[in-house]
Amino acid sequence: MRDKSLLIGTLIIALLSLAALLAPLISPYQPSFIDMSGLLLPPSLTHPLGTDSLGRDILSRMIYGARISLSIGLISVGLATLLGIAIGSLAGFYGGAIDNLIMRLVDIMLCFPAFFLILAIVAMFEPSILNIMLIIGLTSWMGPARLIRAEILSLKEREFIQAERALGASNSRIIIFHLIPNAIGPVLVNATLGIAAAILLESGLSFLGLGVQPPVSSWGNILIEAKSTLGLAWWITLFPGLAITVTILAFNLIADGLRKKFSW
Amino acid sequence: MVPAQDYGDAFVSGSISDARTLNPILVSDTASSEVSGMLFNGLVKYDKDINLIGDLALRWEIKEGGLVIIFYLRKDVSWHDGHNFDAYDVEFTYRKLIDPKIATPYSGDFERVKSFEVLDDYTIKVTYKEPFAPALASWGMPVLPRHILENQDLNASVFSRQPIGTGPYRFKSWRPQEKIELAANPSYFEKRPYIDRCIYRVIPDGATVFLELQAQGLDSSGISPLQYMRQTDTEFFKKYYRKFRLPGVGYTYLGYNLNNPKFKDKRVRQALNYAIDKQEIINIVLLGLGRVITGPYMPESWAYNNEVKASPFDLSKARALLKEAGWLDNNGDGWVEKKGEAFEFTIITNQGNEERIKVAQIIQRRLAEAGVKVKIKVVEWSVFLTEFIDNRNFEAVLLGWSLPREPDNYDIWHSSKVKKGEFNFVSYRNETVDSLLVKARRTFDQEERKGYYRKIHQIIYDEQPYMFLYAPESLFILHKRFRGIKPAPIGIGYNFIYWWVLRQEQRYNRINYQD
Amino acid sequence: MLSYIIRRLLGAIPVLLGITIISFFVIRLAPGRPTSLQQALNPKVSLETAQRLEKIYGLDKPLYLQYVNWLGRITRLDFGRSFSDGRPVLDRILERIPVTLSINVLSLIFILMLAIPIGVRSALRPDGLFDKGMSLFVFIGFAMPTFWLALLLMNLFGVSLGWLPLSGIKSLDFEYFGFFRKVLDLSRHLVLPVFVSSITGLAGISRYMRSSMIGALNEPYIYTARAKGLSQSRVVYKHALRNAILPIVTILGLSLPGLLGGSVIFESIFALPGIGSLFYEAVMMRDYPLIMAEVFLGAALTLLGNLLADIGYAWVDPRIR
Repeated sequence: MRDKSLLIGTLIIALLSLAALLAPLISPYQPSFIDMSGLLLPPSLTHPLGTDSLGRDILSRMIYGARISLSIGLISVGLATLLGIAIGSLAGFYGGAIDNLIMRLVDIMLCFPAFFLILAIVAMFEPSILNIMLIIGLTSWMGPARLIRAEILSLKEREFIQAERALGASNSRIIIFHLIPNAIGPVLVNATLGIAAAILLESGLSFLGLGVQPPVSSWGNILIEAKSTLGLAWWITLFPGLAITVTILAFNLIADGLRKKFSW
Repeated sequence: MVPAQDYGDAFVSGSISDARTLNPILVSDTASSEVSGMLFNGLVKYDKDINLIGDLALRWEIKEGGLVIIFYLRKDVSWHDGHNFDAYDVEFTYRKLIDPKIATPYSGDFERVKSFEVLDDYTIKVTYKEPFAPALASWGMPVLPRHILENQDLNASVFSRQPIGTGPYRFKSWRPQEKIELAANPSYFEKRPYIDRCIYRVIPDGATVFLELQAQGLDSSGISPLQYMRQTDTEFFKKYYRKFRLPGVGYTYLGYNLNNPKFKDKRVRQALNYAIDKQEIINIVLLGLGRVITGPYMPESWAYNNEVKASPFDLSKARALLKEAGWLDNNGDGWVEKKGEAFEFTIITNQGNEERIKVAQIIQRRLAEAGVKVKIKVVEWSVFLTEFIDNRNFEAVLLGWSLPREPDNYDIWHSSKVKKGEFNFVSYRNETVDSLLVKARRTFDQEERKGYYRKIHQIIYDEQPYMFLYAPESLFILHKRFRGIKPAPIGIGYNFIYWWVLRQEQRYNRINYQD
Repeated sequence: MLSYIIRRLLGAIPVLLGITIISFFVIRLAPGRPTSLQQALNPKVSLETAQRLEKIYGLDKPLYLQYVNWLGRITRLDFGRSFSDGRPVLDRILERIPVTLSINVLSLIFILMLAIPIGVRSALRPDGLFDKGMSLFVFIGFAMPTFWLALLLMNLFGVSLGWLPLSGIKSLDFEYFGFFRKVLDLSRHLVLPVFVSSITGLAGISRYMRSSMIGALNEPYIYTARAKGLSQSRVVYKHALRNAILPIVTILGLSLPGLLGGSVIFESIFALPGIGSLFYEAVMMRDYPLIMAEVFLGAALTLLGNLLADIGYAWVDPRIR
């Protein structure tokens, strides 16, 4: 039986990424072009998704916003997951002092107020996209690390691993080819949620005014404007909200598909 | 026949943040001062036409060319606990204001006092080191009860959470970050307020405020221009609420760092002023609910110079002035250059103010048309103050001043106030303005002061250390059941104790407060 | 088991100390200064006043000395006074806990009650209609921005239908209510916040549950159990569930300190007096004593949560011990 979810998910993300890459070519307007004569216009032929309170074209801002939101989601979670897998599998496999040391580090990181760290770094350096991605990535690897460690702890005593060992496989071979692929399920689920969380976190930072700098647009900061135009401009809420939801669903489909590929 | 005015009901208003302290000499935020204003009185206050009148003082005399003020106090005032108010309370308050161990932000005006004497239980004589025009208004500072606070550490006293004052309302309860409740003071010296209770709810989000209004959960709230013009333009709001637009209490400006070589040339600043259409900004950002201003005073103030005319929006004039100052687009890339370097600067503004961020983007767009490249940086408030404003680490800043009724603005414009942490952060230096500022604060004669301030206004507009943008109107909404509201130049709150609600229209039960 | 717990507790002390050192210096070296020093662009406040306030707060002393002082006071459980209103920091934190804690605990219970059955049922027939429908539902709930869902529901139930209070945690006249009316009033105020925070949290736990349940159902011992002819429900609920619940225990342990954490956005939309808005305000105003107290308490709770999770783990799966 061929599985379509991986295909559909990848297709959606690929389309969105393509749109983001080709933003200057396909956007009908400059995303920061202020049109004084067309504030808060509903969707029409000239503005397919309407305009915001500065008369800017929402479609164009959404296309450009995809660049920000997708890259924040993908890169920060990619970073966090890779870090988490590396650190977590070391801890789980070697155990003992290494495990103890790593888990204390995880504890410290978990206790650290990520919010303050984000705030401090965003404030100290400019709140650029790169900084936001790095901070999210560096403050969220602990979840995946703990998950993979827990999986490996119970996997490594199992027969097939013992068999590999008996056959003389090296530690790194066991970790990379046997433990991680078998332990990665929860981490993948975690990552799909993480991408979503990062996209939402970006909108939260926008809510607090700490997101990307104006006039750059992200789905998050478009959505924030929806709040002040409550009951007046449904298009400002609906489209970015839809974009975020569809993206998150697509990542979920990919995760499902991947899981089946790993045959479990 | 006027119907008899009924007592009862409650007035529920929303505030975006909780009060921090109700001790009026420690208050530094609007939420706290709004509440503590109902609980306390000063010696003087502003009447509906913005003239100083007596509050706890019946009258006063200004002697020796302004060096001495003698206050004659009311004898019929008692504290909320029944204790009598007298001159020693005022003296106590003054001592606390100048006490270096008290965390009050208001010591400045009182450090100018040379001596403070209690002549008798109800007479006070204040002598100043030199005549100081804002002195009289500074005695609007609320008075604290000596008999309660005498032996307490004001910074840590429970008084800040359970204040006792002389005002029309008494403190009732405080649920942090939820609400503060006040009850009418039946023995208030002016008269017992008609409305029984004042409730201040904390509702941080504008969208929630709007929904609460629709559920009639709030009687009053400030609203945004969009809410004023569009969202409240419904049958429901017309039926239950009355909207007000009154002159605001502040203005928004773009300030240049005058130490920066780019802004040293007056023609450049004037050119930028020509390149921005302020009315357009008002129309977009405030939906028309604001006024173009030309100087550092409120348009309604006696200090404001109406003869200063705003420069029109004129791009060709802007380009011409830039050219005169040596800025020209030689390479045809759309940006003007001087010595091969494009004219580019960064506007910083504080995070959390959507209005300013929009203004910055409009300025960015308009200045691009004049060949000037603008970047925008939005910075978190505390960092904004320490790293950028205090260290003068900015090119241009988009900010606003909220102005007291007293027009003295020595601290903002005098050339001695350019040090780190002081308020002339654009580093404006003009000797004429300096001497006018000093003269204006040394005389109590309003006509004479008027002349000085109007001259200052004119010079500052010509020199453009700020690009003056607009003064927003203050917009709010009030439930229709309240009667007795008489809008005046100072606003509507001045006669709050005379507001009342018909018995059959009252929404909140009467609760017996005699506990 | 007991020695394991004691060992872990002792191990937590240096971690806690390390956290306070790092956070103290990060917080203090971060740009900005307490805005309650009140020179926040109020020309009425002179430069001298600002310096005077700095002295009152003890900010003029060297940083390391301030840390030592802080640590000394902490050992006596004195967290100092808040810069913004002069009240003891601990009071300010404690008064915010009930709201945050009750919303979080109620939502967690609600989430577990829904997510575990959803996860288990989805795992029984992966990609079945139930699985697909539920996965769409939980993800939409997750993907929907909190403030938007909240405003939508507030508009529906608070304004249009008028069934529930819109915002806040108590009615205005709460003090004058009798006991039962107080309980009713609180519950009515809690419905929307708890619902909204549950919907957004449903996705995580139900997906974890589903994936680990699928894993568990494919284990050899399940085939054995089935082969032995055990009933489907016995296989699923007795054998598979016990193993599948393992990752959920980790997640629960991780979310324990979260029970005392609140989201600023969520609290500001519902006008709730919770921890999130307190912490946000503290950070924004650089209210150092308050930030440090929250970091310290948060860290202590996190360590405790981890410990409990590990103990839970050790209990479910003795191999780990």
